[in-house]
Amino acid sequence: MSETTENPIREAIADAINDHEVILFMKGTPERPACGFSARTVAALEATGARFAAVDILPDPRIRQELSALSNWPTIPQLFVKGELVGGCDIVVEMYESGELAETLGVAPPADAPDHAPAGNEPGAPPLQIQNNLES
Amino acid sequence: MFVPSTEELKLRIESAIPGARAEVTDLTGGGDHFRASVLAPEFAGMSRIEQHRRVYAVFGPDIGGPIHALSLETRAE
Repeated sequence: MSETTENPIREAIADAINDHEVILFMKGTPERPACGFSARTVAALEATGARFAAVDILPDPRIRQELSALSNWPTIPQLFVKGELVGGCDIVVEMYESGELAETLGVAPPADAPDHAPAGNEPGAPPLQIQNNLES
Repeated sequence: MFVPSTEELKLRIESAIPGARAEVTDLTGGGDHFRASVLAPEFAGMSRIEQHRRVYAVFGPDIGGPIHALSLETRAE
């Protein structure tokens, strides 16, 4: 028996990061975030008007494990732009408030964008059906 | 497994990062969601990502373990 070094989950994560200009790894979905930090990050991203891909890390604990090993970042959410880790909730919210987030995402902030990052919806119950975009 | 307290988190940050000063609050009162504000001379010249990684590294696997969440604000002295 030969030992395999294949790590399909890590490869799928790396591919997802490379294939999407803006991708958020989060708990829950943008429609139904399952954690306040993920909710705040989604709200800041949505307020810039940028489009982003989202991956729910909850369905399989290995997603979080492999993601953190890959990014050298221990917490969720994690935002990647053009293949680079931008940060978690604190950094994204700070960047939103300074205007840096829209710049990084390559969008003009909407004229009516609030100065302070929107609070985000309260986390709801976990969604009944979870789409794991990594596998699609 | 250790039960984290704001005082313990503060001490761990300040003893691991030379010259650091940390203020730690318990966000929920539940002893697992914290916020830390950290000032350290060595943050000068580091990106925000690197500064946060430096603080997370102090806690290693305790982040995601007993410390469920550690929200950070970091500044160079």
